[in-house]
Amino acid sequence: MNSDDYLDGNSAAGELGRIFAIDITAAEGQCASCGTTRRFAEARVYMRGPGLVVRCAACEHVLLRVVSAPHHVWLDMRGMTYFRFDAPEVAVPGSGT
Amino acid sequence: MWRVGTVLALHDETASARTITLTVPGWPGHVAGQHVDVRLTAADGYSAVRSYSIASAPNQRRIEITVERLPDGEVSPYLTQQVAVSDRLELRGPIGSWFIWRAQQTEPIQLIAGGSGIVPLMAMVRSRASADSAAPFRLLYSVREPAAALYRDELQALSSRDSSVSLSYAYTRATPPGWTRPPGRIDDALIAETTWPASLEPTCYVCGPTSFVENAAGLLTACGHRPDRIRTERFGPTGGRK
Repeated sequence: MNSDDYLDGNSAAGELGRIFAIDITAAEGQCASCGTTRRFAEARVYMRGPGLVVRCAACEHVLLRVVSAPHHVWLDMRGMTYFRFDAPEVAVPGSGT
Repeated sequence: MWRVGTVLALHDETASARTITLTVPGWPGHVAGQHVDVRLTAADGYSAVRSYSIASAPNQRRIEITVERLPDGEVSPYLTQQVAVSDRLELRGPIGSWFIWRAQQTEPIQLIAGGSGIVPLMAMVRSRASADSAAPFRLLYSVREPAAALYRDELQALSSRDSSVSLSYAYTRATPPGWTRPPGRIDDALIAETTWPASLEPTCYVCGPTSFVENAAGLLTACGHRPDRIRTERFGPTGGRK
């Protein structure tokens, strides 16, 4: 893959809005590999494969994977220690609703 | 979560970009900088989803998206050449809570757009105007050539009637006659000349193709802008933002 072959967390938010009740782009996530904490919007997103792969912008470790099949959506989050969301009452209305 | 919008109007912005105005029943309203996903479904059930930034200021009744046609795109040729008034489109959104500007923000704002990366930043400029915000805005807009610039007349009008909105262009392939800077990507000299200094602690919004965003955000960081003041949004021909 060349160095420009990725987008960012903004482009994954619609698909992940099928799963999460709150928009995740402003959520802070910690990489389980290097410990960097960033907004999800800043993560690198690779969409060319059969699924969606989100990597840490600092160390490229896989944070999260989503694979959509006709009857199931697979979500693998083992690359993250945590996600921290703003409480729903201060979140922007939008996806997930 | 998919809503059905109806096309109200079509407007060609350039030879390859078209603005589509939609009315969406049940639309919850949006914040400048957010995007929508558009889903097209073929007769055989194959569907394709693409993200498009909202270009219009927050409005409860309708939204506008501006779509740049990609030569070998799956969705953008349809949206820019075939879709007609009163057609229906499936939409999901609004999406995004990080790459947004709200009218309550009063700090200086630095916008940097590459190509059709102007679209969500235009929503911010329009939102500022419709909210009568006094937040000082600067926009640096990089395009291939003069004819590729979106919203040129409206941006010119907004900046000439409000001294708190300043506008600078950069041209990467061809410049207008008499333009002093040779064609080229944004560099540190242009950043220093046309954007807010880091000492004013502006919030910076950078949107464009991935390579453009990496370059511009890197230049801002090198000028002393704190990484947490730089918000970025990348798009590319990979099934993501167009």
